[in-house]
Amino acid sequence: MADTNFDLIVVGGGPGGYVAAIRAAQLKMKVALVEANHLGGICLNWGCIPTKALLRSAEIYRQFNHAKDYGLSVEGIGFDLKAIVDRSRKVSKKLNMGVGHLLKKNKVEVFDGYAKLAGAGKVSVTKDAKPVATLSAKHIILATGARARVLPGMEPDGQLIWYYKDALVPDCVPDRLLVIGSGAIGIEFASFFHTLGSKTTVVEMLDRIVPAEDAEVSAFLQKSLTKDGMEILTSAGVKGLKKNKATVTATLEVNGKLEEREFDRVIVAAGIVGNVEDLGLEGTKVKVDRTHVVTNEWCETGEPGVYAIGDLAGAPWLAHKASHEGILCVEKIMGLKGLHPMKAALIPGCTYCHPQVASVGLSEAKAVEQGYKVRVGRFPFQANGKAIALGEPEGFVKTVFDAVTGELLGAHMVGAEVTELIQGYAIAMGLETTEAELMHTVFPHPTLSEMMHESVLDAYGRAVHF
Amino acid sequence: MPIEILMPALSPTMTHGNLAKWNKAEGDTVSAGDVLCEIETDKATMEVEAVDEGVLGKIVVPSGTEGVAVNAVIALLLEEGEDAKALQGYTSKAAAPAAAAPASAPVAAAAPVAAAPAAQASGSRVSASPLAKRIATAKGLDLASVQGSGPRGRIVKRDVENAKPGVAQPASKSAAPQAVAGGHTAIPHTQMRRIIAKRLTDSARDIPHFNVTIDVQIDKLLSVREYLNATAPIVNDKPAYKISVNDIIVKATALALKRVPECNVSYTDDAILRFDQVDMSIAVAIDGGLITPIVFDCANKGLAQVSEEIKMLAKKARDGKLMPEEFQGGTFTISNLGMFGVKSFNSIINPPQGGILSVGAGEQRPVVKNGELSIATVVTLTLAVDHRCIDGATAAAFAKELKAVIENPVALML
Repeated sequence: MADTNFDLIVVGGGPGGYVAAIRAAQLKMKVALVEANHLGGICLNWGCIPTKALLRSAEIYRQFNHAKDYGLSVEGIGFDLKAIVDRSRKVSKKLNMGVGHLLKKNKVEVFDGYAKLAGAGKVSVTKDAKPVATLSAKHIILATGARARVLPGMEPDGQLIWYYKDALVPDCVPDRLLVIGSGAIGIEFASFFHTLGSKTTVVEMLDRIVPAEDAEVSAFLQKSLTKDGMEILTSAGVKGLKKNKATVTATLEVNGKLEEREFDRVIVAAGIVGNVEDLGLEGTKVKVDRTHVVTNEWCETGEPGVYAIGDLAGAPWLAHKASHEGILCVEKIMGLKGLHPMKAALIPGCTYCHPQVASVGLSEAKAVEQGYKVRVGRFPFQANGKAIALGEPEGFVKTVFDAVTGELLGAHMVGAEVTELIQGYAIAMGLETTEAELMHTVFPHPTLSEMMHESVLDAYGRAVHF
Repeated sequence: MPIEILMPALSPTMTHGNLAKWNKAEGDTVSAGDVLCEIETDKATMEVEAVDEGVLGKIVVPSGTEGVAVNAVIALLLEEGEDAKALQGYTSKAAAPAAAAPASAPVAAAAPVAAAPAAQASGSRVSASPLAKRIATAKGLDLASVQGSGPRGRIVKRDVENAKPGVAQPASKSAAPQAVAGGHTAIPHTQMRRIIAKRLTDSARDIPHFNVTIDVQIDKLLSVREYLNATAPIVNDKPAYKISVNDIIVKATALALKRVPECNVSYTDDAILRFDQVDMSIAVAIDGGLITPIVFDCANKGLAQVSEEIKMLAKKARDGKLMPEEFQGGTFTISNLGMFGVKSFNSIINPPQGGILSVGAGEQRPVVKNGELSIATVVTLTLAVDHRCIDGATAAAFAKELKAVIENPVALML
C-alpha cells in the first residue's frame, strides 16, 4: 500500500486540478490527485480541445469549398465523418497522456477512482464501488468541474437528442439540426455541423446570440451566420421535443407563436451545472449555492482546509479560469507573498465559430452600466491589408476606454484568428496600460494585429486607415 | 564652432543657480554687453551680459530652470558666418568629463562641471503602471508616498485609488498642513526663501544666542542730525546729503565695534576671528524676503558717505541689482524696524557673524534724571550675540560704548 499521507489532495484532474497539483509539487508539497475518468478533464477530453480538432476539419473543408477564390482548383471535395471524429479523439488521447507524464514528472501521485470527503483532512477513494484508499492531507482542493445542464423532457438519448459528449462523436451529419442555446458551446457545434452541410437552426432564449459578448459582436455574428445560411431564432424557446422514429418534432415558440418543426437531431447546450454531488459535502461547512460551491476570493470554502476551484466554484466556466484559480489557491495555501485575487474582468473568452469571437473585460454596455464615461474605438477587417490578403475581410475590433483615465476597460473582436489576438489586450490590461502606451506600441505590418492598434487610435479619433 | 555660454559663478561658493529668464530669444543678434539672461542666485537676481557677439543659436537651459550647475552650458552662440547647422550634433566641451577647464575659465573649477542642468533627481525611480501614474497625477498624489502592491512593489491602480493626497507623506518632507477651511495658496519657494530658511534655521539651531538690551536717549543725536541736514551744501539744487537716524546709528555702532573689537568677531571651529575693520551689513526688506548689503569699513567712513552708501545699496537691493560682493561677507548686522513703530525686537544672528543689533522706534518716554522726571526721546536697542565668541561682559561693554557714542554724537567726529 502506497503512502496515504499528503500535504495536498486534489480531487479532479481537469485543467483546474492538474495545474493546481503541478504548482503545488513545484512548491515542494507532497501531492495526490484523484481522477475518476480522464486526466485533463472535460476540457481536454470532451470540451475545448476535441471541439477545436473538429472545427479545424470544418475550417479546412470550408477553405476547400472556397479554393476557387484563391485561384486553386480542388475536385472531389468531401469528408469522412468517422475520420474527422477519429482525429479529434486522437488529439484528446495524445494530450491526455501528456498530462499523465507531466504529473509523473512532478511526482504527483495519481489515484484512479472516485473521491469523497471522509471527515476532517480525509478523502476516501473508491473505484467501481470498491474502496481503493483513504488519503489524508491538511489541504484538499475540490476541482470536480461541471457537466451539461439537462433540460427536463430533453434528456440525452445518444441517438436523437445530443449533449456535447454525443455531439463530439456524431454518427452522422444531420440534414436538419436544431441547436438549443447560443453560448460558446452551442454556437461552436452549430458552426461545425452547418459547415459540413447540416441545415442548422439555433434557438436562443435571450434577444441575441452569444449573449455574454458585447452587443455589437452578437449582432455582427448573427448577421454573418444568417448570411451563411444558418437560421437564428432569438427571444425564442423550445416548448417540447417529440421523438419520432428517426426525427424529432420540436415545438418552437418564436415571437409568442408556437410552431412545430421537424429535425433530424437536436443538440442541447443550455448551460452547465457544477458536480457538487457525492463529494461528501454533507456535514461539512462547505456551502453549496444551487450547483456550485461557494468560495471566497482565495478559493476557500466554509470548511477550513477545503478549497474549490474552476467550474465547481462557478462562472465563468472556462478552463483558463480554473487553471488560474488552481495556481492562486495553492500559492495562497503556501503563503506566497504579493498575491492578489483574480480579476474576473481580465479573463479573456474565446468562441471558435466562423467567424471567431474573442473578448476581454467589459462590454460597452456593462462599462456604461458601471458608471464609466467611455470612449469607444472600432476598426473593420475590411480596412486591414492582411485580412484582405487572407480573404477574410469580415469582422471588427472594438475597444472600450474609460474616457477619464484612459484605462482600457474591454476589447471585443469578431473575425478570423481573433482568438489568437485577444491576449495582446489582456496583457495590456493586466499591465494597466492606457491608450497612450497602446498608441506608442509598434504593431507589425502586415498583420491582423494592426487592427488592434487602429481600434485604439479610433477611440481617440486618430484611426489612420479608416 | 558655436561659442558656449556657460552658467556663471556669481560668487566663489556658488555651485548652482536658477536661470530666471532669457532676455534674448533663439535667433536674436547679440552684441557684447547685451543682457542675455537673468540668473537668480543666493539672494539676488543677476544679469548675464554677452561677452562675444553673434546670433543666439540655441537656448540649452530654458527660462525658469532651477538648480543649474555652474559652468553648465546654458546656450550656444553662433559666430558670424555660422548657421544653425553648426548646432547639429554639437557636443559640449564643458560636458566632456575630465576635460580640464580651459585657462580662460574665469572661475576656478571648484564647482563640479555638470552636463545635465535641471535634471532634478527625484530620488529613486518609482515603479508604477501607466494607469496608476495617470490617476495619481489627476488626484495630485505624489507616487513616492504610495506603497506599491503589484509585482516587485509596482504601484498599480488599486494602490492609487485607495491613497489620498496629502496623507502619508515621506518622513523627509515637512508635514503637509492640516486641511484648512477655505483652502490655501501654495507659494513656491524662491531661491531666496530657501536660503533664508536654511541659514536662519541653522543659526537658530546651532548658535547659542543671548541678548543685551539697552535704552539710549537720542535727543542730542536728533539735534546733530537736524543741524547737519540744515547745513548740507546744495549740489545740483539738492542738498548734498540727508542723514537719517539710522545712518547715525549705523555709524555709531561701527565706531563702538571699533572701540570694542571683541564684538567684531566670528566663531569658527578652530579660532575666533577678530576682524580688522567693521563691515556693516544692513538688513533691507525687499520683495519676497530680505537682503543684507554691506557698508565696508564703516567705522572709517564719514557719516555722509555711510548715508549715501546705505541709500544706494538699499535701492539696488530693492531693484534686485546688488552684485554678490555687495552683500556677501560683513562682520556685524544692523536691523532697524523703528520706522514701523516697533518698540523693541530681537533678531537671529546672520552667520557666520558674531552679532546683530535690532533697532526699535525712537519715542518720547518719561525718564528720571537726577531724581527728577523728564521727557527724553529714547530708542531701545537689542543686541543678539553668539555666546561661543562673545561673553556677557564683553557684550555689555560693547552696549555701554554704543550707548555712549549715540548719546554723545560728538564722538562720531573722532
